[in-house]
Formats: sequence, C-alpha cells, structure tokens
Amino acid sequence: MKRILSLAIAAALSTSAFAENIAIVGGKILTQTEQGTIESGTVLIRDGKIQSVSEQGEVPDGYTRIDASGKVVTPGFIGALTSLGLVEVSSWAGEVDSSVGDSAISHTGAALDPSYAINPDSSLIDITRIEGFTTAGTSIERTDLLFRGQGAVISLDDDGQIVKNHSFMVVNMTGSAADEHGGSRTALWVLLESVLNEASSTSSVPSLTTTWEGINTRADLQALKAVIDGSVPLFIQADRSADIRQVLAFKKRHPDIKLVLVHGAEAWRVADELAAADIPVILDPQANLPSNFDQVGSTLHNAGRLEKAGVKVAIGIETHNIRLASQHAGNAVANGLSYEAGIASLTSVPAQILGVDDKVGALAPGLQADVVIWSGDPLEVTEAAEQVFIDGEAIDMTSRQTRLRDRYLKVQANPNGETSHYVKP
Amino acid sequence: MNHTPSKLAIALACLCSSALVACASTASTQNTQAAPHVSIHTDPYPSTYAPIAGKPTVITNVTILDGVGNKIEQGEIYFADGKIVAVGQSVEYPADAIVIDGTGKWVTPGIIDNHSHLGVYPSPSIGSTSDGNEATSPVTPGVWAEHSVWPQDPGFGRALAGGVTALQILPGSANLFGGRSVVLKNVPSRTMQDMKFPDAPYGMKMACGENPKRVYGKRGGPATRMGNVKGYRQAWADTQAYMRDWEKYEADYNAGKNPKAPKRDLDKETMAGVLNGDILVHMHCYRADEMVVMMDMMKEFNYQISSFHHAVEAYKIADKLAENNVCASLWADWWGFKLEAYDGIRENIPMVHQAKACTIVHSDDDLGIQRLNQEAAKAWSDGKRAGIDIDMADAWQWLSANPAKSLGIFDQTGSLETGKNADVVLWTGSPFSTYSKAERVYIDGGEAFTLEDKDNWPLSDFEVGQVGEGDAK
Repeated sequence: MKRILSLAIAAALSTSAFAENIAIVGGKILTQTEQGTIESGTVLIRDGKIQSVSEQGEVPDGYTRIDASGKVVTPGFIGALTSLGLVEVSSWAGEVDSSVGDSAISHTGAALDPSYAINPDSSLIDITRIEGFTTAGTSIERTDLLFRGQGAVISLDDDGQIVKNHSFMVVNMTGSAADEHGGSRTALWVLLESVLNEASSTSSVPSLTTTWEGINTRADLQALKAVIDGSVPLFIQADRSADIRQVLAFKKRHPDIKLVLVHGAEAWRVADELAAADIPVILDPQANLPSNFDQVGSTLHNAGRLEKAGVKVAIGIETHNIRLASQHAGNAVANGLSYEAGIASLTSVPAQILGVDDKVGALAPGLQADVVIWSGDPLEVTEAAEQVFIDGEAIDMTSRQTRLRDRYLKVQANPNGETSHYVKP
Repeated sequence: MNHTPSKLAIALACLCSSALVACASTASTQNTQAAPHVSIHTDPYPSTYAPIAGKPTVITNVTILDGVGNKIEQGEIYFADGKIVAVGQSVEYPADAIVIDGTGKWVTPGIIDNHSHLGVYPSPSIGSTSDGNEATSPVTPGVWAEHSVWPQDPGFGRALAGGVTALQILPGSANLFGGRSVVLKNVPSRTMQDMKFPDAPYGMKMACGENPKRVYGKRGGPATRMGNVKGYRQAWADTQAYMRDWEKYEADYNAGKNPKAPKRDLDKETMAGVLNGDILVHMHCYRADEMVVMMDMMKEFNYQISSFHHAVEAYKIADKLAENNVCASLWADWWGFKLEAYDGIRENIPMVHQAKACTIVHSDDDLGIQRLNQEAAKAWSDGKRAGIDIDMADAWQWLSANPAKSLGIFDQTGSLETGKNADVVLWTGSPFSTYSKAERVYIDGGEAFTLEDKDNWPLSDFEVGQVGEGDAK
C-alpha cells in the first residue's frame, strides 16, 4: 500500500523531508487524559509518538504545521471487538479465518490463535482506518467450540502490526451458546467450570510422552493458564440479567480471573453489582428489541444507566462496519450516556479493556501518535475523519471503496453517456 | 360448478375492485343450465384500518421539509380531519386548533420504509416466528406476506418511535418469486387487517443472485445465475399461458358457450397481477450487471420493476435505472457480508440521485428502521464530501416521496402537500443529526407516538408482564 497523503495535508507536509515532527494546531482536542477537552490547542508529534498536548499555539522549529481550526482532534478510535484482518467477505466467498470448525489442535477453542491469520492487505483495514479507527481487538467470530480463541490487538497500519498478542479470550455464555453445548445452561456452565478447573489443577502442561485424555488439548491448557492467572482477560458474552448474575458469581469463585462483559443487553439491571465487581462492558447500544428471551429488557438506555452506576462502557462489536461504532456511540449519547463517556467508549475504555492503554487510546505524551482530525463532532453522522495519523504518519485516506467511487464518478461525468468501457479510477 | 348462480356469487364477483377477469354483467341473464361465472376476488383479506382520532393541529415556528424539495424556515403546517390542510410560511387555522410551538424543531413527512420484515421475521427471532421465507420451492408468488405478519412484533412500535408511518412488509429473498408483499400503516394493532394500508396495491417480491442459488443449489436448483433467469422466464411464460386460458374462458363465457373455468393457480394469479399492472415488482438485486439483465427481462415480458432492493452496485448503472424508470432502494453503508455486497460504497445513494434515478433509503432491518433519518443523513453528507451537493429538502425524497411512489401510494402520502394524508413527524431538532429524535408522530392526523407521553408508548402483547414493560426503549 502506498502512502499517498490527502491533498491539503500533503501540501503542508511537503515542506518537511521526513515529516516525522508534526504540529496539529487550533483544533478542539478531546485528549482522554486528565487534560480533558482543550477548546483550541496543539498536539505535537515527534518520532511517531505524542510529544505534548497543550493550549498554546506556538509551533517549535522543525515541525510541520497542520491547521485544525474549527476541527476536532481525538486519539484514533479503537474497534473494541472485531474480526478485522481475519475476514474479507463473510459468506460463501472462500475461507474466513474468523470462523473455525473442529480441529485436532483444540477441543475447547482456547488454543486458537488469530495472530497467525492477520492479513494487513484486507480491504477492510483501509476502509475502516480512513474513518478514524486505528486499532482493533480482533478475534474469532464463529465457532462451535467453547472459547473463541486468543484475541489479538492490531494496529490498522500498513503492516497489520500486532499491538498486543494473546490479549483476551472470548467465551459466549448466552442461550445461543447453550444451544451448542447440550442445549442447556445446565451443561454450559459446568463445561466452563470443568474446563477451567482442569487447566488450573494441571500444574504444568503434560509432556508429549505422557498420556493425556483431558477435555482440553495440551495447546488449550497452555492458553488457559494465562486466563486463570489473570494476565489475559476473559470476555464473557451474556445478555439476560440471570446470566450476568452468574458471571458475577463466577467472578467471586475465580477472583484472579479478569472479566469483561460482552453485549450485556440487560446489564443495566445489574449495573451496581457490575460496578462493584469492576467489570467493564463492551456493548451494542442499538440493541433495543427482545431479539430472543435473553434480551427481553433491551433498551437504548443501557449504556447511560451503566455509566451512572460507575461501569466502564466500550462501544463497538462489528467487523465490516465497525466504523459505525461512532454513530452508535452518538445514539447512546442521545439516550443518556454522557458525551465524555461516548468518546471514551471508543478510545480510552477499549484501550484499558484490551490492555493497550500504555500505547493507544489517549493523546498523552509518550503514547503512539494515532491521531484523527475530524471535520466536526465525530459522533455526528454528518461529520467525518479528514486525516488520520498512525504512528505519527499521515495515512493515505483512500480505500477500495473510494477508488470504486472515483471510477464511477468519472463514468457518471462522461458527457456523452458512453459508459461501455471501463474507466481508470 | 353445476349449480345455478346464486345471488351471493354474483355479488362477490362484482365486488372485485380490479378483478383478474372482468365481471360478467350478463351473468344473471345466462341460461340456468350454464355454470356460474367464475371470477376471482382480489381483496379477500380487506383492510379494516381506522385512523386514530386526531384534532385539528398547527405546528408553528418550525423548520419544514415538505418532502418534495422545499424547505421552509420558521414555517407553519396545519392539518385537520386526517389531511394536510396548509403548509407555508404562515397559514390560516381556526382559533380552536391545537397549537404546538415548533421553535428549534423540524417537521417532515412520515418516513416510509419500503423494505421491512417486521411481523414476518419478528422479535423474538426464533424458529417459531420465522415466517418470512417459504423456502420450499423457488417459485412461490402465491404466498402472501400478510398471512405471516404477527402484529404483536415489538419492532412496529420501535419503528414508530423512529418516525416510520408506513412500511412494506416483504417476504424474504430465498426464492426467485418470494410472494406478495403488504403495505401497512404503522399503527400497532390487534390484526394485520387493522394495519393494512387501504387501497395500496400489492407488491411481489423477486430475488436475484446468490440467495436462490445458495438455497436451491443442492435441492433441485436453480444452482446458477443462468438457472435463476430460466426460472423467472419459464414462470412468466407459464403465466402468459395461464392468462390466455382465462381470456379464452371469458370470451367463451361471454359468447354463451358455457365453458369450464380454468383451475385457479395462486402462484400465477399473483404473477398475472404483475403483467396486468396491478401488482408492483420489488426485486432483491445487488449486482449492476444482474440488474441490467432483469431490466431486459422486464421488457421481454412487458412488466415494470418498481424498485430494485439493496442494489449496492446501483451507482454503476444509475443512468440505466433512470432510463428504465426503476427505483433503487438502498442502504447508506452496508457492505461485504457477501460477494454481491463487496463493491458497496458510501456514495451509492447520492450517486443514484445525481443520475436522476428514483432513490430510496430502505432498512431491511429491525434496528435500521428505527433511524432511517440517520441513514439519509450519512448518504447526504457522504455525497457532499464527494462533490455531490444535494439539498436536504431534496434528500428527504429518499425517505418519504420516493418510497411512496415505489409502493403506489404517493397520491395519498409521502409529502406534506395539501390534501395528502397527515402523516407527519415533528423532530426535536434537525433529523440529519445523530442526537435528534422523533418527538411526535402523526398518522392520518392522529397522534400515534409522543416522546414525552410515557403512558402511551407502544407496548406489544409480547412485552406485557415482562422485564422492561413500559421502559424507555
């Protein structure tokens, strides 16, 4: 992928041979740090890192100045729970690495490792990043196995750089998951407990010369060790409040395991308990229908009520259109979430949940310079990312979609209406 | 059919509003030995819709998008007896009209979604309620979506809160011919008939491409796109033959020949309705090249496609859509879930609009239907950034006027013009903003939804006595 800069920014950057040092000046800065919102300030970027964020407008020598007056500047958004890099076309178009069937290497799904499958050339990467998303948690989406493998955090740069490997593990404990494991929660929860118990009671992974007939494979055991000792958080998907109470009980039984609740349609009903147990939630704030008997209490007010109880909320469960998480967060704000929490749900909170807040998710000195200049309020459907920086570099703001658009805009502009031949985009 | 014509049979035959075969006015004078004239009742499940009682209402100081290209700042709209009476900068209204101060607010026509599966794929989405695809044969135009609609789907109420005043319920896209659609007024009611839009024509669902070949590829076909087209063409040809049989029957009957009526074929009846121009074709089709094949087929068999649906590649052939007078019902930004949807772009809607083709924002989704205004807003702003500068007032045609045209109901609704049904939404702010909500939704002048009136929020039977009953949704 070439790095072609958008015209205005390219002109600004052309004065600098290497363009390592950039000053974004005059924008409204949503820092996601203790600095809060700066109505008009300057972000300095040096050697791919945030150097400083301040209210002053002066630019030191050797920095390329980018005028962001009237614009909004944020950290790059984070797709909290996606399958980016693991899928090109979801259905009936070749293999999909985010969909895993039976294999000898894993009986419980814990060993599955998406980091081997990340494809940085996937068209989804460009399509997503030009809309202001620079990092994503990526994981398996479909499997009949208990766990959905070891999620990775990737940068949406040209190389699909892994920001953090083995950073989370997902398990679905909803009614639909029960369907796949005996058709009942009475089996599903015992399965989860048994699988974890086996991993914790096995002091070391059995060697290849010993006989092993456990529920987990050796590779599964290895992966589960990190969940049990709390170094890899377990993301538990659950919707109905009874199931979320089981998640809370699970936390009491396994205090060392770090938990994140996923989807959580009825989480608002257990908000105080979730806050007390310090369990954050990744949710889809659009869900307001009783899509099944797990989600009867769904409401657009879920995110706002969780925030009021003190629960940290991340927004963004999607893949091809994870870029719409900003619209979803805006709708959560329209239904009771504070604006600050709306922005945090796309930046600092997912960074914390994914364990990468030492690298991304805020405009703080020393963090990776993933920065977005927006035309206006990023949660507003009519505004857009105008320039995205990843690792301090202005990315090419085109994608396969913009190339298709430009090709057919040329076809449309053909005054003779002769459109039989393909036009170079 | 040996009995003599009863008064009832004659009455039924002549009640038909647009009968497949004309009523024989001479029926009662036929020889008593002759079989009664057989004709087909075209409205056996008639609408029993009754509007919610409304009061004469005026909204003042409000920004109005009339839905046909005009924007009025600080304007007034007055409606009474279910109809729009006047729209303008300043209108006359009686002293006893209810006056609503619309300062800072916007008024638009009610949103019309021409692609919904509410009721046929309702919430909860479980096997028991999955009633949208008669996936037992690729050609099932004889099934009617209205016979699957569950009016207790909580989705109707959610859509109402999003400003949707009318919607077309379509069968799914598993089949080449999926069945008849039904147009409903979005007034949650006990029965489908209570919601049924009076005098709206029926639609017929057809589907291109991947879905039919995926569903039937290993079940006797079609297994390919060429197999799909053979399937449509054979069915049209068979329908032509069927219509000739009925025409012959009519001619023979009128000539006093005492003919035997052809056996009714419910599949071909629906298709004959299309060829007669009474039923409108709504065709699920993603790929540009396939849509062009479908438009050739429509000429081959002499019918009109009302709208392609989904049409993620419509931008590639927008000129041909305009030429053929076929609408495109579109999402703002869905893409990539299958190869047919791989070339989706954000500017599809504005590019089709720019080519002067009839452009529609549709949902096909129980969540998307709740914020179709935001879908239009995204398309409008994406177009602007790509150099296609469309007036907001023109863009609103995507949400009301154009879908109404595609459904054959634009003479009744779809714009704020004098004499039209008072299907009106008052928004808390610009409906092109994420943060705005429908504050009041009127259907035929009756207040169907009021944001602040919690006691009267829609509540389906399914939600009664459950968690979250009466909660803000």
